[in-house]
Amino acid sequence: MSSPSSSNAPALEVDGLSVELRTRHGEVRAVDGVGFAVRSGETLALLGESGCGKSMTAQAIVGLLDPVASVTGGSVRLAGTDVLALDRAGRRKLAGPKLSIVFQDALTALNPVQTVGAQLAEPFRIHRKMSRKDALAKAAELMERVGIPDPKARLSAYPHQFSGGMRQRLLIAMAVALDPDVLLADEPTTALDVTVQAQIMELLRELRTERDMAVVLITHDLAVVAEHADHVAVMYAGRVVETGPVQDVFADPRHPYTRGLLASVPAKVGRGEELRSIKGGPPELHAIPAGCAFQARCPMVADVCRTDHPGLAETAPGRAAACHFATKEPAHV
Amino acid sequence: MSEPTTNVIEARGLAKTFHVPKNKDGKDRLRALDGIDLTLGRGETLGLVGESGCGKSTLARLLLMLERPDEGTLRFDGVDPFTLKGKELLAWRRRVQMVFQDPFASLNPRMTAADIIAEPWRTHRDVVPSRQDRRKRVLELLDLVGLRAGDAGRYPQEFSGGQRQRIGIARALALDPEVIVCDEPVSALDLSVQAQVLNLLDELQRELKVSYVFISHDLSVVRHVADRVAVMYLGRIVETGTAEEVFEAPRHPYTAALLSAAPELDVSGARRERILLEGEVPSPLDPPSGCRFRTRCWKAEDTCATTVPESQAGAAHQAACHFPLEPAVSG
Repeated sequence: MSSPSSSNAPALEVDGLSVELRTRHGEVRAVDGVGFAVRSGETLALLGESGCGKSMTAQAIVGLLDPVASVTGGSVRLAGTDVLALDRAGRRKLAGPKLSIVFQDALTALNPVQTVGAQLAEPFRIHRKMSRKDALAKAAELMERVGIPDPKARLSAYPHQFSGGMRQRLLIAMAVALDPDVLLADEPTTALDVTVQAQIMELLRELRTERDMAVVLITHDLAVVAEHADHVAVMYAGRVVETGPVQDVFADPRHPYTRGLLASVPAKVGRGEELRSIKGGPPELHAIPAGCAFQARCPMVADVCRTDHPGLAETAPGRAAACHFATKEPAHV
Repeated sequence: MSEPTTNVIEARGLAKTFHVPKNKDGKDRLRALDGIDLTLGRGETLGLVGESGCGKSTLARLLLMLERPDEGTLRFDGVDPFTLKGKELLAWRRRVQMVFQDPFASLNPRMTAADIIAEPWRTHRDVVPSRQDRRKRVLELLDLVGLRAGDAGRYPQEFSGGQRQRIGIARALALDPEVIVCDEPVSALDLSVQAQVLNLLDELQRELKVSYVFISHDLSVVRHVADRVAVMYLGRIVETGTAEEVFEAPRHPYTAALLSAAPELDVSGARRERILLEGEVPSPLDPPSGCRFRTRCWKAEDTCATTVPESQAGAAHQAACHFPLEPAVSG
């Protein structure tokens, strides 16, 4: 079994990761110099809206990018080893015992014509060379751990015979089968009802603590981040624009985009009061302007934003924001 | 908010059963709705909340007359729309319109924005009879929903998700409806764009005095838009009241659990006491006897299995529960 590193080094360290996509507009950069680090037992949220590059970042880390996309720079270090430098066989060895991923849509992520027992047993068969019988016994154990009732009898059931929540449990079971050091969860509860979502997030939290995993939670949901993550990296147009401990970032956001997102959450705004939306929409990847990508939507925009691309700069210990005015108070709150 | 003087919609005891292929226990009747009482005031927003399969979309389809109820009565301004025929029916239909969830699937990719918005007039010819007026009205509608005149000739795929939803809203408004059923109108949109569309719906309501039936699984959205809320579970309404009553002092255990399950944007660091429900929603093919929530309820007793709990008649804030929660002690 893998033993969690007790040192203070991050379990996963991503640095300067860039991904380019071949499109009809030519090569576009979907992920641009993304960097973050996660330690064992901690959860980092990659927060952003659709198209910001958060899922593509996850796919690049686990090596499951679509063929039209390719990594053009950066490093992904798992306990010090750069996985991007490994060959395919080397990466496959890591997939499962070191690094694994829970996908958003459990119905498409599971094989519809294979029993869930066979699918759950597969990692044990391949990586641990177990016999079919032993692997199935392991599969049943896993199903029990993730809260699937009557696991032995359900080994021979097919994915469509499970509810959405149960399918998500199956995917989580598969992802944690080989005790990975790092678990990526790509919108793991987006397709689920709230009461089931709460159950699944609780399960992930338990597993993280029990197995001392580092978790990267990819989500668009600010409330999920507030409740389940320790650190957050806010992404916009392929870049990390703000990062830091969740409590600090949400209590005092330094990037106008983070501030705008927080103000768009309807819960706290009374009936009839206007929500503070962010004007316009995110730029198309092939038409990201020079300077700051957020300039067209930003209430604090100035000339420098149209010419100079703001880098991620420290605003406080452990916090950084990519804004020319990160240390300035917002113009109007 | 002024107190609505009249109700646009009054429903009593609506029930709907679907016949489905037999499951392994030989059940082939899916009771999607059961004993639904509902009112919608003029200019009011009624939030319909519940998890998938609770019947909220079926209820919306009944209100739009896309389905016929098996039992119960539906009154629209005192008239039962299911008794209408011909011209009267056509005239009624224009009074209730719909905004759909998926702005990508609900717009025909081969029609321009202007054609999409004008399409309802192909059926309802007398709303805007002349071709010239139609063009003018389309531009007015585009302006009303915050799009530009230049957008009229563009196709859906040239718009972002939020803009597409604006087109869907303009189409719903083309017939000057009194009621718009919004089925998860912002759930496909990003947060920053969602806020824009919610603000638009709110402005339109003030301006046009239209009523909304607002279906959503997102409690924070409903809390923001709704005057009153109805919480559904397995085909029944388990709690109704003003948005404030239901959200601040839920009386039905299911409502309380639903509210506590929704993650909150609270960074004070304190973890809330959370009611984590066991299991999942039972199959509507074989709902539990008595109270349908009893299999997951921590307050359930024997009587819950035998007697269907009734809502307290007449009260504004009602919960269909034998052991409703006490109004929360403030503080």
